[in-house]
Amino acid sequence: MESAAIQISNINFQYAENSGVVFKDFNLNIAVGERFGLLGPNGAGKTTLMNLMTGVLQSKSGNIKLLGKEISEDKGVKKLFGFVPQHHSFYQELSPAENLEFFGAWAGLNRKEIKERTKELLSVLGLSNVADKPVSKFSGGMKNRVNLAIGVIHRPKILFLDEPTTGVDVQTRHAIVDYLKELNKAGTTLIYTSHHLTEAESLCTKVALIDEGKIIANNDLQTLLQEHKQDGLEGLFLNLTGRSYRDS
Amino acid sequence: MYKLYTAILKELRIMLRDKAALAVMFLMPVLLVVVITSIQNSSLKMINDNTVPMLVCNRDGGESSLQFIDALKKIGMFDLQKADSSLTDKQLTDSMHAHDALIAVVVPQGFSSALKSKSQNITGKALTEFGMAVNTPQDSSSVKETPPVSMFYNPVLQESFRLSVNGALKSAQQFTENRAVLQALYLAMSNKKLPDSLEQQILNNKSVITQIPTAKDGSRKIPNATQHNVPAWTIFAMFFIVVSLSTNVVKEKISGSFIRLKTLPTSFILNLAAKQITYIVVTLAQVLVIFSLGIFLFPHIDLPKLVLPENLGSLFLVSLVCGWCAVSYGILIGVYAKSMEQAIGFGAVSVVILAAIGGIVVPSFAMPESLHLLMKLSPLHWCMEAYNTLFLENGYVANVLLSLLPILIIIAAMQLAAIAGLKKQRLI
Repeated sequence: MESAAIQISNINFQYAENSGVVFKDFNLNIAVGERFGLLGPNGAGKTTLMNLMTGVLQSKSGNIKLLGKEISEDKGVKKLFGFVPQHHSFYQELSPAENLEFFGAWAGLNRKEIKERTKELLSVLGLSNVADKPVSKFSGGMKNRVNLAIGVIHRPKILFLDEPTTGVDVQTRHAIVDYLKELNKAGTTLIYTSHHLTEAESLCTKVALIDEGKIIANNDLQTLLQEHKQDGLEGLFLNLTGRSYRDS
Repeated sequence: MYKLYTAILKELRIMLRDKAALAVMFLMPVLLVVVITSIQNSSLKMINDNTVPMLVCNRDGGESSLQFIDALKKIGMFDLQKADSSLTDKQLTDSMHAHDALIAVVVPQGFSSALKSKSQNITGKALTEFGMAVNTPQDSSSVKETPPVSMFYNPVLQESFRLSVNGALKSAQQFTENRAVLQALYLAMSNKKLPDSLEQQILNNKSVITQIPTAKDGSRKIPNATQHNVPAWTIFAMFFIVVSLSTNVVKEKISGSFIRLKTLPTSFILNLAAKQITYIVVTLAQVLVIFSLGIFLFPHIDLPKLVLPENLGSLFLVSLVCGWCAVSYGILIGVYAKSMEQAIGFGAVSVVILAAIGGIVVPSFAMPESLHLLMKLSPLHWCMEAYNTLFLENGYVANVLLSLLPILIIIAAMQLAAIAGLKKQRLI
């Protein structure tokens, strides 16, 4: 059995020839079954790294393997992971069931599988009674749950979550975090980014702090807190990345 | 196939829930084609079928002036209405507006006497040439110059029509002069009045000019407002879907759906194919709706019925390729537009401009020479040419294929440009 869910080896990336280098000889390993928090200030490279890991962007050199399969070469690798983007990346005019039908088919499921998973997910995420209503009428929290349901419809082994609880109320946030823990228990590796450090603290078993394209800390959360003599992730974050603005 | 099916279903659901877009795609072209065909048809009817109201103010009252008016009547172009001879020019123009007359003609005082003097002079000269004694004046200096007939016209009259009225007036005047010369000559030679029957034989021009419109298949269909406007505004409607299609593409880009699709194990090209298939079906539905109006509704609202070309297979092929061209343009705009406002604004304005230079609003043969090169850059022009090959020339499949070639080249260029744009934006 593959022990590394994600294996990033010596990747180099910049958006354009005349722009700055985002990653230089970057390496990272994430083990199967982890709830991995990828944290860092604005502009640190978290979203770029997530886009590289999901194949949205391609590095100039080096390689990224998901469960041993090269992301840029192996077409089958896309069936292994799910992606929950920060924005509501689905069709607002459609209902949750219709969105799941479309994205489920594109994830490789057949009609029967889609039907079963749609029923199951809508029930787990509390959307059964609005299954056929257009998503455009939904609250932010409900839309986030639809976003999550689309990302997990094909039971991915790795789930990438880019700030999945942005703009939602406490109840929805807790429901999403609880659901993610359930998924992890069932064997899904979670790769998670967020600016909600308390949420990250409660969800993640392992954390990597990334700044200016480099990993400045990568370990179990408790080990990191002990090493840096901090009693919380926020203190650790400020201690390692400083207090100056990063996006001005 | 199931993936393609769900993608087409997704596009259809999104489209059918956007009532405003549906109205733009179907209601707007229906209104446009009915209104514009009605306007053009009434203009054509006025010129082609009806007599034009004309006020005639005879300030002369002599025999030749009456003969001139009679000649005008016989031309058959005008509905002559007598105006009081005492009217001033100002009163006459006011009277034109009151009578809805577009033209007024004034026969000036002295018209008949000048014409008589001129005819006698010509007769004298002719008889002298024959060596016959005459007692008619031959000195040209004593001959009165015929005072000119004046024509007042409403400025809305197109120049081409005004010139044809002018030609008709000249023809009537020439006929009157010839008649006066003939009568004077006959009187001088025989001391008798020219018999009516002989006059008719000499003056009446029985020769006929046969007018034959030519089509590629040798048939003689005469184009009317419907045959031009129905295909023309159908093409406009097809291209106007860029507003809906390009905003659809931009929305998917902005929402991040394109990025999400890129992470799924399905080729993005399938998404583009689904969009194109869906919108091509919409353009074919537009053709069906607008052509049905031309066939079934137009005869009930006093408009000429649309006559479909005999080759329906070619008609389907032309509609399919034109629809694909419109859809390719919509995708292209959607790929390069950075916001929905950009897509709507540029999409709508560009289609109106391309329609104007492409021979949709004004037929291409009537456009100034300076615009002919520009016209060839408009995909709508090539679509119009293809439809014209069918509707006006009843072209064969080979003729249609020749018309479709430029459209297919434009489609290929637009598709490649769209894919290049998507690659540049790292969306595929």
